[in-house]
Amino acid sequence: MAVKTGNYTYLLENTPSVLSFGAVGSKKESEGPLGQYFDVINPDSSFGESSWEKAESKMVQISVGQALSKGNFEADQIDMAFAGDLLNQCIGSVYGLRDLGIPFVGLYGACSTMAESLALAALFVDTSIAKKALAVTSSHFCSAERQFRFPLEYGGQRPPTAQWTVTGSGACVVGESDAAPFVRAVTLGCIEDLGIKDANNMGAAMAPAAAKTISRYLADTRTKPEDYDMILTGDLGQVGSALLEQLLEQEKIHLQGRHQDCGLLIYDRQQQDVHAGGSGCGCAASVLCSFILPKIRQGTLGDVLFVATGALMSPTSSMQGESIPGIAHLVHLSSSRRRKGVE
Amino acid sequence: MELLITLGKAFLVGGLFCAVGQVLIDKTKLTPARILVGYVVAGVLLSALGLYQPLVEFAGAGATVPLTGFGHLLATGVQKAVAEKGILGALTGGLTASAAGITAAMIFGLLVALIFNPGDKS
Amino acid sequence: MSPTPQEYNKMSQKAAPNSKLWRNMLVAFLIGGFIWTVGQGVMSWMQSLGLGREDGGAVTSISLIFLSALLTGLNCYDDIAKHAGAGTLVPITGFANAMVSPALEFKREGLILGVGAKMFSIAGPVILYGSVASVIYGLILAIFG
Repeated sequence: MAVKTGNYTYLLENTPSVLSFGAVGSKKESEGPLGQYFDVINPDSSFGESSWEKAESKMVQISVGQALSKGNFEADQIDMAFAGDLLNQCIGSVYGLRDLGIPFVGLYGACSTMAESLALAALFVDTSIAKKALAVTSSHFCSAERQFRFPLEYGGQRPPTAQWTVTGSGACVVGESDAAPFVRAVTLGCIEDLGIKDANNMGAAMAPAAAKTISRYLADTRTKPEDYDMILTGDLGQVGSALLEQLLEQEKIHLQGRHQDCGLLIYDRQQQDVHAGGSGCGCAASVLCSFILPKIRQGTLGDVLFVATGALMSPTSSMQGESIPGIAHLVHLSSSRRRKGVE
Repeated sequence: MELLITLGKAFLVGGLFCAVGQVLIDKTKLTPARILVGYVVAGVLLSALGLYQPLVEFAGAGATVPLTGFGHLLATGVQKAVAEKGILGALTGGLTASAAGITAAMIFGLLVALIFNPGDKS
Repeated sequence: MSPTPQEYNKMSQKAAPNSKLWRNMLVAFLIGGFIWTVGQGVMSWMQSLGLGREDGGAVTSISLIFLSALLTGLNCYDDIAKHAGAGTLVPITGFANAMVSPALEFKREGLILGVGAKMFSIAGPVILYGSVASVIYGLILAIFG
């Protein structure tokens, strides 16, 4: 049974497992530091489809297919799928999951969707509503660009604060098992807005939400950053990461070198022209499912706070002069069911 | 020889126009669309004030290459049309003068869209 | 305690790296200057063929628009513009690319609502406000001579 601890955090007493997971990427992701960890890479980012949106749905199909086959599950064994993406009306997820016959719970958390979907899947399994639940999300550079920014062939210059939307997808099946990785706790985030209006500086827009969620989790669980091997944010990028540290310092929370960011892990900023780092739902999802979850399963990583961050704006709100609110959801992933020593 | 000087002047003037535009891109929050609109309207204004013609004299392509030149085209078109038709010319002059450019952009746009496909930047 | 929006704005501006203005200006200067030179070359050639300044200008514009459209279609324009910045935006090449790139991008949504409607999504304001400015100028001329 999930137990509310403090103001925002739920401890999952039955510690559901992430039973299987799959990660899909394309050319730029394969050329980055984590390329070798992906289950499937297709250098052609159209994935054989006639539009970028269809390509994104294809990636969802592939990552879900990987997660199901690696765990030896059939689609009809999955009780529900929590999924969302950046596209209008989440068509990436809808068309990707259309043929699977799994009860569909559509979500919108922008780039925080992986943590949001994983948190919900874990909560449903922990409370025995579901035996097995699927969490999946995706993003595609081209479909995001044409929806949020400019046509692909438009000749514009990206400022140094801009980030590169990852073409990738990650899927997890959550259920009961004795094997790591375990989900120990989740914290659902609130919408936080400190007035950033620059759509080219998402990192700055999302950092306040990440800071708030992390500090709430630490306060609720009465733990410190040193108690974890990694505090992994989704896509704050270089600028957002710096601001996160500053914001937490103001609350006397010192990250002590525990902080990593998926947007900084997935690409090599020196070699690949990605400015402030990677972004998009697929960023956190594919880094989690390709690189982090296997390490927790092996025990190389013990306790990880996975904090995916999202920027909750739309082109309409930006044009109307609105600022960009952020959100961050947190999932405590662990290689063990209980905290070693203290409880 | 004279051609080389003309080309050299065009290079310098053009380069300077663009360098100034780069400052707008880097240092202001102006979006590209706003910069484009600004340049066109500035061209109309400068032309109306008679300040654009010297540039045309100095570096001929200065009239046609930059977007301010587009504004100059609109303004001179309107001048001519008003002289010929009076107040009706205010409505007809601009688009008539710039018809070649706009139509060319539309036609080439359609052709390119029919023949080619956009590519992933990665 | 959270910082106020004003305080946070200052923090984010300090955290944001600066673009390399001088390098960008130099590349804009070089590429923009080159495009200008090409335009002037066409103009001079047209004039040598006997075309007047006006017609020569029209041919120059059309040539640059064609080149810009072709490079956009070949997926090269954005690679050049990435470095050139204002070097490709300020000349008429920027206007042409702004019309051709959405036409190309939105062909998946069909010829009418995709190509047709989206073609003007970036460049439409240029045509609108350029015309508005010229109409105002024309009215002033007509009324006040």
